[in-house]
Amino acid sequence: MAESLPKTPMLDELEKGGWPSFVKEIKLAAKKSPMAVDLLGLLERSYKEKIGHWKHGGIVGVMGYGGGVIGRYNDLPEVYPNISHFHTIRVNQPAGWFYKSDALRSICDIWEKRGSSLTNMHGSTGDIILLGTRTEQLEPIFAELSKVDFDLGGSGSDVRTPSCCCGMARCEWACYDTMRTCYDFTMKFQDELHRPAFPYKFKFKFSGCPNDCVASIARADMSIIGTWRDSIQMDKAAVTEYAKNGMDIQSEVVDNCPAKCMDWDGKELHIENSYCRRCMHCINVMPKALRPGKDRGATILLGSKAPIVEGALLSSVLIPFIKMEPPYKELTDIIDRIWELWCEEGKNRERVGEFIQRVGLGNFLEAIEVDPVPEMVAHPRENPYVFYEEYFEAGDEGSEEEEK
Amino acid sequence: MTDERRTDYGPPHYERFLPPIIKENYGKWKYHEVLKPGVMVHVSESGAHLYSVRAASSRLLSIEKIRAYCDLADKYCGGYLRFTSRHNVEFLLSDAKNIDPLIADLKKLGHPVGGLQNSISAIVHTQGWIHCHSAATDASGVVKAVMDDLLEYFTEMKLPGKLRIALACCLNMCGAVHCSDIAILGIHRRPPRVDHENLHKMCEIPNVSASCPTAAIRPAMVGGKQSVEVLEERCMFCANCFTVCPSMPLADPLNDGVSIWVGGKVSNARHEPMFSKLAIPFLPNNPPRWPEVTEAIRNLVELWAKNARKYERMGEWIERIGWPKFFRMSGIEFRKEHIDDFKHAGLTFKRSTHLTF
Ligand code: HEM
Ligand code: HEM
Ligand code: HEM
Ligand code: HEM
Ligand code: SF4
Ligand code: SF4
Ligand code: SF4
Ligand code: SF4
Repeated sequence: MAESLPKTPMLDELEKGGWPSFVKEIKLAAKKSPMAVDLLGLLERSYKEKIGHWKHGGIVGVMGYGGGVIGRYNDLPEVYPNISHFHTIRVNQPAGWFYKSDALRSICDIWEKRGSSLTNMHGSTGDIILLGTRTEQLEPIFAELSKVDFDLGGSGSDVRTPSCCCGMARCEWACYDTMRTCYDFTMKFQDELHRPAFPYKFKFKFSGCPNDCVASIARADMSIIGTWRDSIQMDKAAVTEYAKNGMDIQSEVVDNCPAKCMDWDGKELHIENSYCRRCMHCINVMPKALRPGKDRGATILLGSKAPIVEGALLSSVLIPFIKMEPPYKELTDIIDRIWELWCEEGKNRERVGEFIQRVGLGNFLEAIEVDPVPEMVAHPRENPYVFYEEYFEAGDEGSEEEEK
Repeated sequence: MTDERRTDYGPPHYERFLPPIIKENYGKWKYHEVLKPGVMVHVSESGAHLYSVRAASSRLLSIEKIRAYCDLADKYCGGYLRFTSRHNVEFLLSDAKNIDPLIADLKKLGHPVGGLQNSISAIVHTQGWIHCHSAATDASGVVKAVMDDLLEYFTEMKLPGKLRIALACCLNMCGAVHCSDIAILGIHRRPPRVDHENLHKMCEIPNVSASCPTAAIRPAMVGGKQSVEVLEERCMFCANCFTVCPSMPLADPLNDGVSIWVGGKVSNARHEPMFSKLAIPFLPNNPPRWPEVTEAIRNLVELWAKNARKYERMGEWIERIGWPKFFRMSGIEFRKEHIDDFKHAGLTFKRSTHLTF
């Protein structure tokens, strides 16, 4: 088929250079896939014209599911007929993005037969993205994925596919079992994941420690970040070893501690743990000497999102510390109450973070029956316009002045 | 029963995909060390050693390439591999002898090894002209051009700290752009062009008006048809209206381009997580290699690398020296666009005399 490749002088330029080339990938796929051939042509055209050629998707999907497929059509179907439909399928990745080769090959085989042969490993939410197929292929693809035990991910106003860091599988700092929790939550919320019924999307991301390798504080409506309550575990001999090997513990570790809660007298390192902010810096720098404490769990934060619609937000603290053990009942009860409130009162396309901004965190907490604690704010309010909901009238019971 | 449809079964259980060495040492890892660029070892309480080799990938992968990864995994590590949150691929070895042959094979495939510790890892990015209707720039092409230029910082560990770059091709920001050391963000600069002919057939007019965060859209009769008008001076090019209504396209070759944001971070290490702030309001789309963008980013990386203290992320460095000094040192012109004028803009004004000269 090589002779039928369109001329793509601009894209060819991007085959050069040391970084892996996506153009080479499309050309690899184009050896067999006519869809990839047309994609090359269309993309070259976009490069020349400096504008995209994709239209809004209509509603496409598989029976029984409301999410998992992004409909996509190009605006020049006569010129690029093989990609007149080019729908994306989101496939729920295994927790931690671990694979065995046979499983990956089975997905490749399905996609070779029924799609463009192009993928994203992975989309920014975490799914395997199968990039480009036709409407009539959707049901057969789902049936074949099902045979190899892969299910679709979320899209639209539903629970989006949860994702997590590799946690206990390969990291000594995991303060709870991120992969298990991610799997358990994904399974518990299957209905909410496949059938959009929320005002807008809701994302979970699970990081095992405050390094937050899956960027949950920036990218998840609910961010579940591992932490510990007791003291950092210290191996004094290993600290000495680091110092002996030339590490300047004062400047590299102590001076960078945001809590200023460490002391180094040239021989011994002392941490005043009740002031430690669990930032991970010292542990990151001396992994052989320092480890998170033993009383481990997670901090739950809520509400991050990108600027659309009302401006960007980072997640903020909802529960300072909670043990993360199945069946996670305390947490899932709170999630149920959040969803109930947000589904009832939230506006169309209002993320939970925006909803909280609109109704006020104080009111939100009251409605979901969580007590306010100082860990939830960077500082108490500066503005004196407090909305009190009730006031006393002369003669009211409990009005001290009048009682005298 | 046989024709009953199977749904809601979720992803395969991850345990099926964990190599034996990980199953045996799950939750028992004691410490890790970076042995050389792209290679780290995790040591377990049990004494087991697990070697991870991290290689760059283009995120957009053909099944041919995935199969090639599978072949390498079969050859060197029992078929086990994983992908990272930044689209890299990692091979999980229990035998240290396999590290160098694997790296050699990866290089032959065109996939450099690196991205650990004080390096620039792969760029988190989105779809762009490959697949999305909303794009103000391409994603894969810009990423390829920028990383070709910065390759040495991926394959070596010569920076003061970590540096994370992300790209989103429109303000929907499907990648978590706004908390990156350097963010590349596609922007539109021309208000939507209303397709008055078709709007009433395609869109619910009240929804379209309600979608605009600045209330720039009003229902109107145009040429005898129900449509909307846009108060152009109120438009901030967010494309929210286009998201709910295809008859309001913003994409425009003359006005679309790229903005550069700096100083965000996600990790809690030392400083709390931060949003990225606007450094360069606009650079043109100049495919296939976006030279203005690659040059601006290299300058930012090198300025930071030269001046930051050990471990100091871009945002921590700028916070220490102050933004006026950042603008003086970088030579970036400070303009009206740098000053926030959306909600809570006042919180971003300098409200003290702590200034450097
Ligand atoms: C109003 C807001 C948004 C709109 C209208 C929007 C729209 C879209 C569309 C149309 C696609 C499909 C792109 C394609 O494959 O053709 C997409 C993909 C995606 N979006 Fe969004 N998006 C929005 C916000 C977000 C946000 C806030 C996130 C994450 C925080 C996000 C994450 C993703 C991810 C992960 C993908 C998969 C594609 C990829 O990995 O590049 N989106 N979005
Ligand atoms: C045992 C140690 C660690 C392991 C196994 C680990 C693992 C990972 C992995 C696999 C990724 C995806 C990375 C990529 O593709 O480039 C990642 C990302 C990341 N890691 Fe780590 N990491 C570790 C330590 C750290 C440390 C010490 C920090 C910070 C000081 C950190 C901060 C981050 C951040 C900020 C990201 C990027 C998140 C994003 O923007 O998507 N990690 N980590
Ligand atoms: C201080 C600056 C900013 C910070 C700290 C910030 C932070 C974040 C975070 C944490 C996310 C979550 C991403 C995700 O859900 O994957 C996000 C998403 C996003 N950001 Fe930003 N951002 C900032 C500025 C901006 C700006 C200036 C824009 C656009 C002009 C923008 C557009 C977006 C979009 C569209 C998303 C996808 C959001 C979603 O999940 O609904 N951000 N941002
Ligand atoms: C409804 C809200 C407020 C009212 C009615 C109010 C009223 C006043 C009044 C009457 C004065 C004395 C002016 C004078 O000396 O002639 C004053 C001074 C001052 N107020 Fe407020 N104030 C309010 C809120 C605030 C807030 C929220 C802050 C700070 C966050 C603030 C900071 C100050 C300061 C710094 C002074 C000067 C004190 C001094 O001269 O020693 N005010 N305010
Ligand atoms: S978030 Fe923490 S526990 Fe998870 S991989 Fe990163 S450093 Fe390890
Ligand atoms: S974890 Fe952070 S705050 Fe706590 S002692 Fe270490 S450097 Fe200080
Ligand atoms: S960032 Fe914008 S243009 Fe890019 S994939 Fe997401 S919605 Fe599409
Ligand atoms: S682009 Fe945004 S600001 Fe401009 S009219 Fe549309 S919704 Fe309003």
